[in-house]
Formats: sequence, structure tokens, C-alpha cells
Amino acid sequence: METGQDVEGEPATSATSAMFDYAPAPESRSIVDIASSYGLFVNGEFVDPTGGKSFKTINPATEEVLAEVSEASEEDVDRAVKSARVAYTRVWSKMSGRERSKYLYRIARILQERSRELAVLESLDNGKPIRESRDVDVPLVAAYFFYYAGWADKLEYAGFGTGTPQPLGVAAQVIPWNFPLLMLSWKIAPALAAGNTVVLKPAETTSLTALLFAEICQQADLPPGVVNIVTGAGATGRTLVSHGDVDKVAFTGSTDVGRQIAKSVAGTSKKVTLELGGKAANIVFDDAPIDQAVEGVVNGIFFNQGHVCCAGSRLLVQESLADDFLARLKRRMATLRVGDPLDKNTDIGAINSSEQLAKIRELSGVGEAEGAGRWAPPCDLPDKGFWFPPTIFTGVTAAHRIAREEIFGPVLSVISFRTPAEAVEKANNTPFGLSAGVWTDKGSRILWMANQLRAGVVWANTFNKFDPTSPFGGYKESGYGREGGRHGLEAYVR
Amino acid sequence: MSALGDTSTSGRIDVRKTYKLYIGGAFPRSESGRSYRVTSSKGAFLANASLASRKDARDAVIAARKAFGGWSARTAYNRGQVVYRIAELLEGRRAQFVEEVQLSEGLSKSKATDAVSVAVDRLVWYAGWADKIAQVLGTSNPIAGPYFNFSVPEPTGVVAVVAPEDSSLLGLVSVVAPAIVTGNTVVVVTSYSRPLPAITLSEVLATSDVPGGVVNLLTGSAAEIAPWLASHMDVNALDLAGVQDPELSAALEGEAAENLKRVRRPGGSDWKADPGIDAMTSFLEIKTVWHPIGI
Repeated sequence: METGQDVEGEPATSATSAMFDYAPAPESRSIVDIASSYGLFVNGEFVDPTGGKSFKTINPATEEVLAEVSEASEEDVDRAVKSARVAYTRVWSKMSGRERSKYLYRIARILQERSRELAVLESLDNGKPIRESRDVDVPLVAAYFFYYAGWADKLEYAGFGTGTPQPLGVAAQVIPWNFPLLMLSWKIAPALAAGNTVVLKPAETTSLTALLFAEICQQADLPPGVVNIVTGAGATGRTLVSHGDVDKVAFTGSTDVGRQIAKSVAGTSKKVTLELGGKAANIVFDDAPIDQAVEGVVNGIFFNQGHVCCAGSRLLVQESLADDFLARLKRRMATLRVGDPLDKNTDIGAINSSEQLAKIRELSGVGEAEGAGRWAPPCDLPDKGFWFPPTIFTGVTAAHRIAREEIFGPVLSVISFRTPAEAVEKANNTPFGLSAGVWTDKGSRILWMANQLRAGVVWANTFNKFDPTSPFGGYKESGYGREGGRHGLEAYVR
Repeated sequence: MSALGDTSTSGRIDVRKTYKLYIGGAFPRSESGRSYRVTSSKGAFLANASLASRKDARDAVIAARKAFGGWSARTAYNRGQVVYRIAELLEGRRAQFVEEVQLSEGLSKSKATDAVSVAVDRLVWYAGWADKIAQVLGTSNPIAGPYFNFSVPEPTGVVAVVAPEDSSLLGLVSVVAPAIVTGNTVVVVTSYSRPLPAITLSEVLATSDVPGGVVNLLTGSAAEIAPWLASHMDVNALDLAGVQDPELSAALEGEAAENLKRVRRPGGSDWKADPGIDAMTSFLEIKTVWHPIGI
């Protein structure tokens, strides 16, 4: 507790002096073979795109080109959907749940066996620290497949009303770049378990692990057409979700694109789940375990460079604690290591793209222009690549754009409150409703807060925890439907 | 009035009822001052009903939003009792409902009686769900780590409902009861051609224990009012049960996308069939709460 006093006034400087020097500890990238170019994965094979178009995917930490990735045309998407339809009708929907489950278990095992390769590739293509891809993303990916594998032959026990749940058919799935492989697992595992076949489009900046996953499907001898991967940008995604022969649309990404998708499926019989943006409040009461809360707030906004839809991007701190808490937070932020994603000591990796970096810079500029106080610890950023230091804004009000809009970067807005009722009001004062955090030692207050917060996930005295058994998804404009757990299965059956 | 309530043989002039909207527990006329002619299935004049306007729809949303906090915070046990109480009062007015359903829908007396009976029974059925739906939909989730984790259903918020056009009472009850029993509040556009049972239902609601604003009933044209509800940014969900025109349905769903409303598309029209739990689950959110386990 006494350290809090030390840093009062000049937290950054005194904190910097406490930074240990670590020698570089890079994970070797030699474990991954990256091809110079990739085709589309349709009907169990890698095929060239009909339009012959491709785009480059780069390492955002170095701007080095990693590979050429195919851009799927309308015709390619159509072929992929047809292949999924045939696989659905002839093979997958006829196969017993027990057999389907064994394929999913196989995939889960291969994911575990090739976990290091997947983690390195994910960090290379996405820019996230190897510590996160290795310890969070990839283990969770295997866990989601393992979890849903077990549901495939137990659907009638899932409790979705009377009768045995039936698959929907062909699922069109579009995923974002922040957790490329993890989002793939959230989409593909429950879809396949329930007996659907899929066409998945990864984000244009992070296609590589999805293409490696396609290879894993081949290794698992998954019947051709059950999983199809079409790469491309927004146009490919629009073509896929609006294709007339898909029965289900699942999307994770921005609220704006989610809105467009909801509009495009209006009047059809497509079932839709949308997991969209957020502006989560991480609420710290003055009786909270302070050091744990500081760690939780840091994890809440700086995990994965803040490229997290459920990120705790608004810190609501009780006024009586605010000064002390901010001092500790700044001291902790000064010890965060920003740099090479493949270095095992790195806390904050690269921003995924120059476009995203521009957006973070723009909104941070707006924060300053609107009068909020900007602070970031001194930190050396690499010359090449896309980087943004961990940043906080103080004196933020509900009217500020940085308090309302999703920045999707390592930028925290700090807001204070006096009473629990005020905390609830401020926390809920957003069109989003994906997640929220509560830090307090008082059990009854945790449960009261959890009741009051209009958000799909409430982390109490913890933050940014994920598990395949735990449903995830939003209220209000954060989307609808749940992923994970028994509830996640429901999105893929009728 | 030619048909309705005109059962006296004494030559007495009967006292006719003014049919109004039901908003926030009160019975206002449409602010627009408009009304429209309601006839029986055979074309006989029955009443002049209020023709609700955009402003009425907005007032109803305000009333529904205001009522949401209190209604959703009631215990499930209490909401169950309140919905059961609606069934009790509806039962007490059976004769009136049978007559109105008969006239509106052109049914035989026995078929109208049957429709009213099923409507009462449906309310009883849904009343019982109030304190069970969370046990059916809620889960305790076995996290791979030292965390206590559970998921519970919560009401979505304000639900705009286009009630079925044909089934004037049973259809209406079948869309209102599932939405409110779980804690939502509703703004309902009732059957345009057959509004009388809905108006009588509003009298039942007003004298039951349902707080004002939990159910708001607008008589009028879905094609006119529903677009304002579908695009209203303080409405959380939309039930298109009564929209028969596929183009209107698609347009309303498109409007609803603006703030990501939960949309329940038009389904079957067999209101006597087992309704399942879909009408409830469509307007429920799942909230998951995590807490570490430790000493």
C-alpha cells in the first residue's frame, strides 16, 4: 500500500525506474511454414479463386508481407455454399451425432498437437503477444472444439423444448481479426456439432490461421464440404451472408456491419446471431481489493491491445478512491512492455492494421480536443509496424466521444462516480451492452450490481475470462444470440 | 349500437361504450382525434374505435419504458400471480368476450366460446412459466478454473407487438402473455378489423394487478403505426406475429435493424396449437456472471 504514496504526483517517472530490463526472449517462427500464396478451401481442397484476384497479408509488427491470400469472388462464394449444401444433404445431416462428435474430437486433438504452430502463426498475422496466443487463444480454441464435440450426440438432452433439435442447414459465418482462430472455433464448433455445414470468411488481415485450420480439417479426414473457408474483404462477406442458399448467418464484428447484415436478412427465413461492439464499464468501488482491481483494469483494456469487443474501455472508479487508484494504475501501466509480439515478455503487441491505428489515433485526438486529459507512460515504440502506447484519458464525461464510441485499442476512459446507483446509471448509459466489470469486496453489492447492469457478461472481481461452457453475447446494440455453452448450441438448431 | 350489447327487449335505450386506446394504464382517445368504423364480420356497424397515430405510439413507448424498471424487478412469483389474475378476470367476463369474438370473427357461439376458453387457459399456462423459465433456461456453467459462473434469462425490455389480425382475443393473448410474464413491457397494435376484444381486454388489464404501462394497446392500422415502432430507438424488440403482408414484414424487420431489435418473424396462425416456449425465449437475454472462487 505504501508504494501508492511513492508515485503520487509523478507516477510515470518513478514507475519507469522500476522497469526491469529483460533480454529478448523471442519465440522461434521456424515452427511455421507459411506458403507464398493460399487458395480458397472449398469442398475439402485448396482451389484457385475464379477471378484470379489476391491480396497480401502482412505482419503488423514489421509490415513484412507474409503471404498472398485469395480474394473469393461471387462465383467462389457460390461454389463454397454449393459444396456446403451438398455436404449437408448427402453426408453431415445424415451422419449420427456420435460420428460427428468423433470428427470434432479429432479436430480438437490436432489443434492441441499443433498448438505451438498455431500460436506463432496467430501472433505473426495478428500482432498479438505470443503469451496471449499461446496461453489464451489456442488453448481455448481446442477447448471449444472439445466442448461442442460432446454435444453432437446429446442434442436431445439440451432442453430446447420438446422434440429433438434439428440442424438449420448451411451456416454463413463471418469473423473479425481480433481473435481469428478463437472466433473461428466459436463459430465452427457448435455449427458442426449441431449437424450444420459451414462457409466461413475470416477477416482480410488475419486469414492465415483459418487456412491452417483448413489443413487440420484435411488431417482429420473431415468429409469434404463440411467446412469451407473463403478469404476476402467486406464484399466477399456481404456476398456470403446474402447468398440465397444459406440458412444461418453468424457474424462477429462491428455494430455498423451487424446492422447492415440485420437489414440484408430482413424478410428471409435466415436465422441470425450477431456479436457486435461494446463499451464496457469496469466499475471499481472503494472497498475493492485494489491491487487485484488494478490488474483487472489493465487486463480489461490492454489485453490483446484493447482489440476486444468486451474490453473494459470505461473505468468507473468511486470518487473516494479515484486518486489513489489512478496513481497505482499509472504505475502499473508504466511496466507494460510494448513490442515484438513473438517476445515472450511482451504485454502489448502490434495494432492489427494501419487502418485500425488511424482510427485509434483519430479518436484519441478527439478525446484531447474535447478536453479530456491524456496520459501514456513513456515507451519506446518500434520504428516499423503499427503501434500505440497504453493510454488513459481522465476527466471524461458521458458526452465525450471516447466515452461513447468503441475505440478498439489500448485506450481507457476514466470516469468517477459516488454511489452505486450512479455507477449503474453511468454504466448503462450506452447503446451497447456486451459486458461489464464490478470490483468490490461486498457480496450483496456484487449481486445487486450484476442484476442492474444491462450487459450479457458481468465479470465480478475478474475480467476478460472466457470458457467454452460460458455463454457470451450482448444486450441492446451489442447484438443478439449467445455463443458458448448450451445457449450457444441453440443458435444452430431449430 | 346495432348488435353489441343490445339484448334488452324493454325498449330501453342502451348506453353505448366509447372505445379508446390503453396507454400507461389510462384510456385516452387518439391524440389525432381520429376514429374508424368497426363492423362485425357480416358488415354491421359495431363501434367507432380510436385510430392510433404516430404520437400515440410514441406515448405508449414512453409509458412502456417507464413501467419496465418496476415490472422487470418484480419477483417472478409476483409476475406469475399478476398474469394469473388476468386469467381470473377474463374468465369472469367470458360472456362479453364470447359475444365480441363471435361478432368480430364470425364464429359460431361454440367456436367463440372455445377460443375464449383457450385464451383463459393460455394465460394460466404462461402465468405458471414466470418462476420456471429461469430454471429451464438458466445454467450453472462448469468453468475450467476457479470461478463460479451462472447464466440467467432477463427480459429484453420494451417489445412492440403487431397482434394477429384474425384471432382477435386468443391470438392477442398468445403474444402479450409470453412477453410480459418474463418481465418485458409491450406496446401492441391490435387487430385492425377486430379490435373490440382487445379493447375489452384493456378494461380487464386496468382492473387487474398489471401496473399501468406494462401493456399498452393501440387500435389502428399496423401499416401506419408499426413502422414508427419498428424504427423507434427506445424499443428493444419487435414481434411481427400479426403482419400478413411479407413486404411490410420485411420492411419492418429492416427498420428494426437500426438499433438491433430482436425480431420475431410471423409464424403460424394456428393459435390453438401448443405454443412452445419460443414466444418467451425470443424476448429474453441471457446474462452470465463470473466470480472467482477463493479463500
